[in-house]
Amino acid sequence: MANWDPWREIDELRREIDRAFEDFGLQMEPRFRAAFLPGRMARGYPLVNLQEDREHLYVEAMVPGVDPNALKLTVVHNSLTISGEKKGPPSEVKAESFHREERAAGKFVRSITLPVEIDDQNVKAEFKNGLLLVTLPKAEKAKPKQINVQVS
Amino acid sequence: MAEKTAPIATEPQRGGRSREITRARERHLRPPVDIYETSEGLVLVADLPGVTKETLRVDVDGDLLTISGKAGHIAPGDAIYREYELANFYRQFELGDEVDRDKITAELKQGVLTLKLPKAERVKPKQIEVKVG
Repeated sequence: MANWDPWREIDELRREIDRAFEDFGLQMEPRFRAAFLPGRMARGYPLVNLQEDREHLYVEAMVPGVDPNALKLTVVHNSLTISGEKKGPPSEVKAESFHREERAAGKFVRSITLPVEIDDQNVKAEFKNGLLLVTLPKAEKAKPKQINVQVS
Repeated sequence: MAEKTAPIATEPQRGGRSREITRARERHLRPPVDIYETSEGLVLVADLPGVTKETLRVDVDGDLLTISGKAGHIAPGDAIYREYELANFYRQFELGDEVDRDKITAELKQGVLTLKLPKAERVKPKQIEVKVG
């Protein structure tokens, strides 16, 4: 009989709940989900895409209206943390003056675990029209190497 | 400011631009907006990540305000994990009579469009002095 570990059980349950809510989000807005709702769903903001080529990993994040100077990026081992604040409408606007309020605002922080080790000395970030592009060079040992097949 | 409640035009559409309601949902993204009123008029703020000044179009045709823009990804390489797609943004609003069409201004900054829709002079609130007779 396998060892019964209550902590593992709890962990499993937590993961199941997470999954249930993930699906819920997907149903509501298949493409956008909570893309623009930092305050309401802080853990899922900003949405990111991960791309790679031989030498680099690229993280593209959707951060419209976030002040690039207030964006903070930190890299530890193979995890990237993005934090910042999305400013809302000016505070003098009264609640009753709103016809529509779909762009939530607030502080956010998100950590992404990268699939490979990266060279944390040479990470570059660029902000362009509300998109953030982080270029992370792969660590020497994580780069793919071609192995020649010897024919005997 | 109503949205998508514009009656379908009985005359053919000018410029051949289709209405939002007749477009397939997956072909475009609906940008989230804030609309609020100030003493000067309405302010519309829309999130349009990845849209540049060159690819953004803001049209006013009669009562219909159309925001459209092309957005593309900026990261090179092959995709390994994706949470969002950038397609073309498209959204329409119906303008009331009180908006002065000629004085609408638009500003695009950090992927956010701010449209200022000033009220026409004649609909601005005026205080009426009460005379004591």
